[in-house]
Amino acid sequence: MARFVIDVMLKPEILDSQGQAVARALPRLGFQGVAGVRQGKRFEIELDGPADEAATERVRKMAETLLANPVIETFELRAE
Amino acid sequence: MTARVGVITFPGSLDDRDAARAVRLAGAEPVPLWHAEAELNDVDAVVLPGGFSYGDYLRAGAIARFAPLMDRLVAAAHDGLPVLGICNGFQVLCESHLLPGALTRNTSLHFVCRAQRLRIENAATDWTRAYEEGQEIVVPIKNIDGCYIADQETLDELESSGRVVARYVDVNPNGSLNDIAGICNEAGNVVGLMPHPEHAVEALTGPSTEGLGFFSSILQRLVGA
Repeated sequence: MARFVIDVMLKPEILDSQGQAVARALPRLGFQGVAGVRQGKRFEIELDGPADEAATERVRKMAETLLANPVIETFELRAE
Repeated sequence: MTARVGVITFPGSLDDRDAARAVRLAGAEPVPLWHAEAELNDVDAVVLPGGFSYGDYLRAGAIARFAPLMDRLVAAAHDGLPVLGICNGFQVLCESHLLPGALTRNTSLHFVCRAQRLRIENAATDWTRAYEEGQEIVVPIKNIDGCYIADQETLDELESSGRVVARYVDVNPNGSLNDIAGICNEAGNVVGLMPHPEHAVEALTGPSTEGLGFFSSILQRLVGA
């Protein structure tokens, strides 16, 4: 069984209003010194077979096609 | 013989019936289409209605984009079929890359529901020819993912080629760049609009009847009415 983790984040130039709301909430809870928060998504995908190059390519294709919107997001992918 | 305008229903669509009603009030024949069908049944135009297809899971419109009927629709739109995407329909059009850019969470993070004033900036598209350029109309808006964004190059191109179809006036309800409420593709047959003209077609239920022009526009285009 191959296991992959894909982190999807808004591109740095895209306003992350949800991350900003979290950043504003933290000091109210007493967490000082928060310089910034970005919010993203994490996907965990399990595939039959080994975590070889072909499997990695398939997951990359999934991320490009569906998991991330390349217009506004970037993704990082790793096998675990 | 009048124009047949398809309205695609996805799981989670909300405004398909209102869209069909607006089509009928404009004088065309609404044709209900189900997302899992494989054929567009020879309709002359298509409306992608508002709502929350697939619960907005992943991203608004991201899963609806891969519905079986969308393959047919994307091909037909490239061949010139008039398509109007309203709200969630606009999000589906962006996810399908029929329109550039993306719709993200409102900068206020609040769901917005109000009567909204718009200015029709381009009255030459298949869906806006019943209006005059610069005409202001009031129609409802209701969304949480309505903030239109695109990179600067795309924005510049939209602006310089007249592809901003409608712009928010008085208040920008969702933080959209350049106050953009709607855009079209290069050919002008595909229009995406965040506000809801189909909810402004009858005095009893709408803030105005000024939304009807989107639907009478397509009738004009198709049958010269």
